[in-house]
Amino acid sequence: MKLRKLALAASLVALGGALLTTGTAFAQASKEQFIPVLSYRTGPYAPNGVPWANGYVDYLKLVNARGGINGVKISFEECETGYDTARSVECYERLKGKNGGASLVQPLSTGATFAITEKAPVDKISVVTVGYGRSESADGTVFKWNFPIAGTYWVAADAILQAIGKKEGGLDKLKGKKLALVYHDSPFGKEPIALLQERSAQLGFSLQLLPVTAPGVEQKATWLQVRQAKPDYTLLWGWGVMNSTAIKEAQATGYPREKMYGVWWAGAEPDVKDVADGAKGYNAVTMQHGAEPQSKLVKDVLAMVHDKGQGTGPKEELGQVLYMRGAMSAMLGVEGIRSAQERFGKGKVMTGEQVRWGLENLNLTQPKLDALGFAGVMRPISTSCVDHMGASWARIHTWDGKGWKFSSDWLQGDEQIIKPLVKSTAAKYAADKKLTPRTPADCQS
Amino acid sequence: MFYRENGQFKTNYRADQQIFPIAQDRIALYALLAVAFVALPAVASDYWFTNILIPFLIFSLAAIGVNILVGYCGQISLGSGAFMAVGAYAAYNFFVRIEGMPLIVALVLGGVCAMLFGILFGLPSLRVKGLYLAVATLAAQFFADWMFLRIQWFTNYSPSGSVSVSNLQVFGFSLASPLSKYIFCLTLLSVIALMAKNLVRGAVGREWMAIRDMDVAAAVIGIRPMFAKLSAFAVSSFIVGMAGGLWAFIYLGAWEPAAFSVDQSFRLLFMVIIGGMGSIMGSFFGAGFIVLLPIFLNQFLPALAALFGIQISTAGISHAELMIFGGLIVWFLIVEPHGLAKLWSIGKQKLRLWPFPH
Repeated sequence: MKLRKLALAASLVALGGALLTTGTAFAQASKEQFIPVLSYRTGPYAPNGVPWANGYVDYLKLVNARGGINGVKISFEECETGYDTARSVECYERLKGKNGGASLVQPLSTGATFAITEKAPVDKISVVTVGYGRSESADGTVFKWNFPIAGTYWVAADAILQAIGKKEGGLDKLKGKKLALVYHDSPFGKEPIALLQERSAQLGFSLQLLPVTAPGVEQKATWLQVRQAKPDYTLLWGWGVMNSTAIKEAQATGYPREKMYGVWWAGAEPDVKDVADGAKGYNAVTMQHGAEPQSKLVKDVLAMVHDKGQGTGPKEELGQVLYMRGAMSAMLGVEGIRSAQERFGKGKVMTGEQVRWGLENLNLTQPKLDALGFAGVMRPISTSCVDHMGASWARIHTWDGKGWKFSSDWLQGDEQIIKPLVKSTAAKYAADKKLTPRTPADCQS
Repeated sequence: MFYRENGQFKTNYRADQQIFPIAQDRIALYALLAVAFVALPAVASDYWFTNILIPFLIFSLAAIGVNILVGYCGQISLGSGAFMAVGAYAAYNFFVRIEGMPLIVALVLGGVCAMLFGILFGLPSLRVKGLYLAVATLAAQFFADWMFLRIQWFTNYSPSGSVSVSNLQVFGFSLASPLSKYIFCLTLLSVIALMAKNLVRGAVGREWMAIRDMDVAAAVIGIRPMFAKLSAFAVSSFIVGMAGGLWAFIYLGAWEPAAFSVDQSFRLLFMVIIGGMGSIMGSFFGAGFIVLLPIFLNQFLPALAALFGIQISTAGISHAELMIFGGLIVWFLIVEPHGLAKLWSIGKQKLRLWPFPH
C-alpha cells in the first residue's frame, strides 16, 4: 500500500519534470526581445507592488501594440518574488537565460539589487533601478552594469531637504533645527543616512535616526520617541504597510502631517488611502512624476491595451503614482534597447552588452518624451558613461485627502554634495572589490 | 528480489560496524555520489546548479546541523537562523579584514564563531527544556537580528548595512561558474555529512540520544548532561554556521540581516520535522521538500494549467503554491508523523520482503 503511494508520488514528480523541460524547449526558438519581470503581487508589500507591476506590464504591452521597438516585439515573463531576496535571485536566475536571454533586469528591491549587482557583470545583464537601488551606482566608471536612472535615494533625500529649506525661507535657516528619520530597518531604509549626515554637518541641523523593524507594523516605541524629541520635520523612509502605520501613529501622537516628508515609496495611493483625511497635508518626494491619470500615456494604454481586453489590473488604477512608476521604469528600459538599436542595427534583437551601451547613451529629449506619451509627466534624461543616473529632478507632492497634488516646483539634487559622495563611496566599493575604474577608452565600447 | 541481504556474512567487527551494512545500500550510495559528482555536472544547466542544486545542498547541510540538536539531542531550537547569520557574518569579517584569507579557512572560522555563539545560547538548556528552551533560543535569533543591524563593525561600516563578497577562490580555482560552486558545496556537504553520521553513530551520538529520550535516566547511568547538551549545541551550530557562510558567500553573494530572519529558523525546524527527526538521511529529504517543492510547484502549476488551456496570474500561482505546500505538509505529517525518512525506511523494509510479504 505504502509502496504504491510512493510510486505514485514519484511518477507525478517525473511527469512534472518532463513538462518543465518541454515548456522551456518550446520557448527557445523565438526572435523577440525578452524582458524578465520581477514583481511582487503577494506578501506584506503587495498593495504597493501590484500597481507597479501592472504599470510595468501594461507599458510593455503598449510597446507591442505600437508595433514593438523598430519592429522587434517584446516578450516578457513575470516572476513572483514576494520581496524576498533569495526568491528574487531564483527568479533572476530562472529568467535570465529564457527566450534567447534577458538583456536587462529591474530587481524592484534593494536587497535583490545588491545581490544581482554581484552577478550582473558575469551574466552581462544590465541592472536598471529607476529611482532606487544603491545610490553610489550612479558612478558608471565603477558600476558598469548598474543604472539608477532618474534619481537615487540621495537625490530624494536632498530634494526633501531643499523643500524644507524653501518652506523655512532658505537652507541656512535649517541651522539648529531638529530632523528625524523614521526608516525601514533594511538596506533600503539606510540608504539616505549617508547623505543626511553629510548635510547635517554642513547645514547644522541635528539628525535623529529612528529605525523601524520590518515589515513595520510595530512603531509605537518609535513615535513615542518622536513625541519626546518633537522634531521640526520627520522624514519617512518606509514601504508597504509601514507607511500607513506611520501616518496613523503620527495622527495618534498628534504630530503634524504637514511636517512629514516621505520618500517616493511612501508617497502613493495605497499608503494614504486607509488614512484618508488623517493623512491630509502629508508630503512625499516624487522622482519626477506623480499621479498622472490625465497623461497621454494613460489614454494610449486605455485605448490600445485595456479597451482590447488585454489590460493588467483594474482600469480605475491607471495613472496612479505607482502605476506610473512601473510604466516609466518599463519605458526607460525599452528606450535603452531602442537607443542600442540605433547604433547596432534597427529591427534586431539586442544582446546584453549592446543594451548596456544603449542605456549608457540614453538621450530622452522632450520631443521624444512627448511622442511616447510622457508629456508633462517627466523631464528629459540623458545618461553617459560616467553618469548612469541621467537626471536628478524631483518634486514634492502633498495628499489633500483625495489625491496627490504637486506642492513644489522642480527641485534638483545638489551636485556639489551628491557627486563627491557618490565618487568616494564608489571608490570604496572599487577598492573592496579590487576593481579598476573604467578608462575613457572603455567608455567607447 | 534485488534488495536482499541473504548470503552477506559479516566475519569481523569492522564489517559489522559499517554505516551501510547491506551491500546494495553501499552500491546505491556510490551510484548516488557518482551521479552527484559526475553525471549531474555533465547534464545539468546553470539554472539547475544555481537555483535548485546549490540551495538544496546548503540547506541539507543546515538541516543536518539542526537535526543533530533537535533530532538527536532533543533540544528544540528556534535560533538556527541566528547561527547561520553568525557563521555568515563572521566568515565575512575574516574574509575582508584579513588580507589573503583563504575561503575555506574563513568559512571554518565562521563556523567556529557560530559554535561559540551556539554554546553561549545553549547554556540555558542546562536549566530549561522543551518549549521553554525554544523561547530561550528565540532570544538568540532576536539578538543576532539586532546585532547585525545595529553594530556597524560587523558589516564593515557599510552605509546600507548590506555586505557582499566576490572573487571567491579555492586553491587557486575560481568559484565564478555555477558548476564550480556546486562542486564546492557538494564536497563540503559530503565531508560534513559523513562526519556527522559517524558522530551520531558513536559514543557522543549515543549520549545525545540518551539525553533526548530521558535526561534523568541518562544522568543516572553516568552521562554528563552538561557535556552532552553543550556538545550538541556546539556541533550543531558549527555545521549551521558553515551552512550560513555558504548561503551568504556562494548563493546570495550580497546579503543583509533579513536573509537570516526568524523565518529561516522556522524553515530549518520544519525541514527537520518533515524530513525526520534524528536521521541524517531525513535532513536531505526535509531540505528537498522545503526548498525545492515551492520552486517546483511554481513552475509546474503554470505548465499544468497550460495543458488545459488555462492561464493563471503569478499571484494566483503564488497563492496556490502556498496552499498546496501547506496541504502537503499536513498530509505528510498525518500519513507519517516521523517524517519522510521513516517513509523511506518503510519502503526499504517492504523491498526487503518483496515480492513475498508475510
